[in-house]
Amino acid sequence: MSTLFTRRKVLTGMGLLGLGLLAGCDNSPKLNFKYGKDLSDKIMGRTFKLKNTEGETVTLSSYRGLMPVVFFGFTQCPAVCPTTLARAAQAKKLMGRDGEIMQVIFITLDPERDTPEILDKYVKAFDPSFEALYGTPEEIAVAAKEFGIFYEKIPAGDTYTLSHTATSFVFDTRGNLRLGLQASLTAQECAEDLLTVMEVC
Amino acid sequence: MTAVQHLKRLTLGLTLLGLAAHASAQVQVSDAWVRATVPGQPASGAFMTVTADVDSKLLRVASPVATDVQIHEMNMQDDVMRMGPVDSVALPAGKAVTLDPNGYHVMLMGLTGQIKEGDPVPLTLTVENAKGEQQAVEVKAIARGVDGMAPSHKH
Repeated sequence: MSTLFTRRKVLTGMGLLGLGLLAGCDNSPKLNFKYGKDLSDKIMGRTFKLKNTEGETVTLSSYRGLMPVVFFGFTQCPAVCPTTLARAAQAKKLMGRDGEIMQVIFITLDPERDTPEILDKYVKAFDPSFEALYGTPEEIAVAAKEFGIFYEKIPAGDTYTLSHTATSFVFDTRGNLRLGLQASLTAQECAEDLLTVMEVC
Repeated sequence: MTAVQHLKRLTLGLTLLGLAAHASAQVQVSDAWVRATVPGQPASGAFMTVTADVDSKLLRVASPVATDVQIHEMNMQDDVMRMGPVDSVALPAGKAVTLDPNGYHVMLMGLTGQIKEGDPVPLTLTVENAKGEQQAVEVKAIARGVDGMAPSHKH
């Protein structure tokens, strides 16, 4: 039974590959990015299961057909988080109509303070299409680990701030991880590499 | 009134006295801005360029819009953003020190309300020179959008 299933999967895979070749798509396991990091051979970020701000459970497959751009942060972050979200909004604009399949997903690393209401208003202040995901601190820890995200609370007076990985992770429309965008890149550089991800079909 | 409040008042009084006696050094602040917030967001950042005419340091910042104001430093290493409070920021004589999203910045925590784009946000900087003399510098920062872009720069 399982052998049959596997065979069927292989056949489907071959079929898709054939179609891809016919259509002139780039199916190569590696992509040539000008600025970001090729993550095509990295097995990560596949199994996260969190909630969107409407309370619905979402996984990577919820975004099939879109190009998810995943970034971890927190709304009380004064610098890198708003800068990265503003850059994503700008890159989306630069891509014109192609930008319509780009889906920015902001995952909070501070679920104790970031309520769904604040998260929703926060990401939508950058672009109305952006989504935020949250979960219990344990669920967030699992998702962060899945992406290899480092984060830690830093005491700040009576409260705390967070240090965290600032990379944006880009998947192709089939849900394969493709690209890592560092915080140092500009919106124009991101847009160019995002268009390269879109050449995959 | 608690003992702590008494002490705070006394300290404030003494500080003001100190300020009156030694308000001689020049401290210039330019491009002061605060990032606007969405309703319910309890913290934001303030950014500016500070130039002191003699070797000094920025000790602290206060603002009526936040119950807790701290100075933090951010740095990036291997695409990991590290953040944390600092005791002070050195202001070498004549050097324009930038507090921007890529380095030092002022954290406004425990916001008393939403900061909307265009809102004026008063800030009081306490700067100390090498002789230990403190000076208060009043600044009026203007709130920019959440994306940090000034209204005039938007297209």
